[in-house]
Amino acid sequence: MGLFSIFISSFLVNNYVLAKFLGICSFLGVSKKTETAKGMGLAVIFVMILSSLMTSIVYKILVLLHVTFLSTLAFVLVIASLVQFVEMVVKKTQPALHKALGIFLPLITTNCAVLGMALINLQEGYTIMDGLANALGAGLGFMLAIVLLSGLRERMEDNDNMPLALKGLPISLVTAGLMSIAFLGFSGLGGL
Amino acid sequence: MSIISERIKNGIVTENPIFVQVLAMCPTLAVTSSVVDALGMGLASTVTLIGSNVIISLIRKVVPDKIRIPAYITVIATFVTIIQFLLQGYIPSLYKSLGIFIPLIVVNCIILGRAEAYAGKNKVYPSLFDAIGMGLGFTIALAALGAVRELLGAGSLLGFSVFGSSFEPAIMMVLAPGAFITVGILMALLNQKSINETNKVNDKIAHFHEFDPETGECSGCGACSHSCKK
Repeated sequence: MGLFSIFISSFLVNNYVLAKFLGICSFLGVSKKTETAKGMGLAVIFVMILSSLMTSIVYKILVLLHVTFLSTLAFVLVIASLVQFVEMVVKKTQPALHKALGIFLPLITTNCAVLGMALINLQEGYTIMDGLANALGAGLGFMLAIVLLSGLRERMEDNDNMPLALKGLPISLVTAGLMSIAFLGFSGLGGL
Repeated sequence: MSIISERIKNGIVTENPIFVQVLAMCPTLAVTSSVVDALGMGLASTVTLIGSNVIISLIRKVVPDKIRIPAYITVIATFVTIIQFLLQGYIPSLYKSLGIFIPLIVVNCIILGRAEAYAGKNKVYPSLFDAIGMGLGFTIALAALGAVRELLGAGSLLGFSVFGSSFEPAIMMVLAPGAFITVGILMALLNQKSINETNKVNDKIAHFHEFDPETGECSGCGACSHSCKK
């Protein structure tokens, strides 16, 4: 598949959040306000791109050492350490950037979206460039979904007629379900 | 006897990982499109949970506090890798339908959360039954969701057609939107039941994971709390 096809597939057709169910915890949690949603989205894109590069390199090392069965373990540890390291560097060197997206970085260490993306890169046998296209599509797709949901949730916030049992998570889930139906409309886009 | 039944009742009812603690949303939504997948994921997670709880409880006194989380992740990842290969070899159909969610058991909030909240602080015997209880609670909840979705979305249960060939299933139920809507509505129903009983709203449902960027606080699952604390 061409780079653009991979990108569109991860971004819209098989949106990581609404079709693949990855990153749901942070998707539902950080979507209360659009400001925080935007920050989270940017942080996820950033981590996805870096992780895609790192895990592609680490996998090549694992292949050389004939220990590919360690890939799950290696990926988790690499992603977690990478994010910790990046957070420390950003905190020291770019305090403004840290305020904008650095605070979200600890939330992404055990986020299944990033690990899921790395495993999909592995499963589909993507090259480093393919993996980057996948990462960019996945990150942007996450950002799109979370910003959309936050916009909807902000409007539902002041609704006093909502039954108490639905407040918070249940109504967010149903809303995400409706968004997911909308995104089903993308299937078949670009011959995918 | 009482510690066993207490831990098991805790895992299935009082602190059910999906409907009360609201953990592991990702696999819940993804694997509940059929009861077989749901049971398979539930059992795989239970086995991993039992293995990791026991080992972590055994090593809890020797692991230095600073590298506690990477150590736990290593233990969990080892069990997940073993289960992954066992499934690939012995039940390839389940391996294919669960896909990447088998290796994603590593970052399943339930397993890391129980390791941190219970196994890291308690003896082996209670940790073992805590794992069994939580695992059973998770599996039962998954199976219930899977039953609803499969019944409405494919007219079958465990692969056996229930309504006969003239039934037109609501295929959406086994697709992505059905997952969100089923979990949302079931959660609301159970929430209503607990509001009727205790007159209080489940805080974890009403304020799920609310992340406050100012203070870096979030009311999230216990697994991430180590990274949320600033």
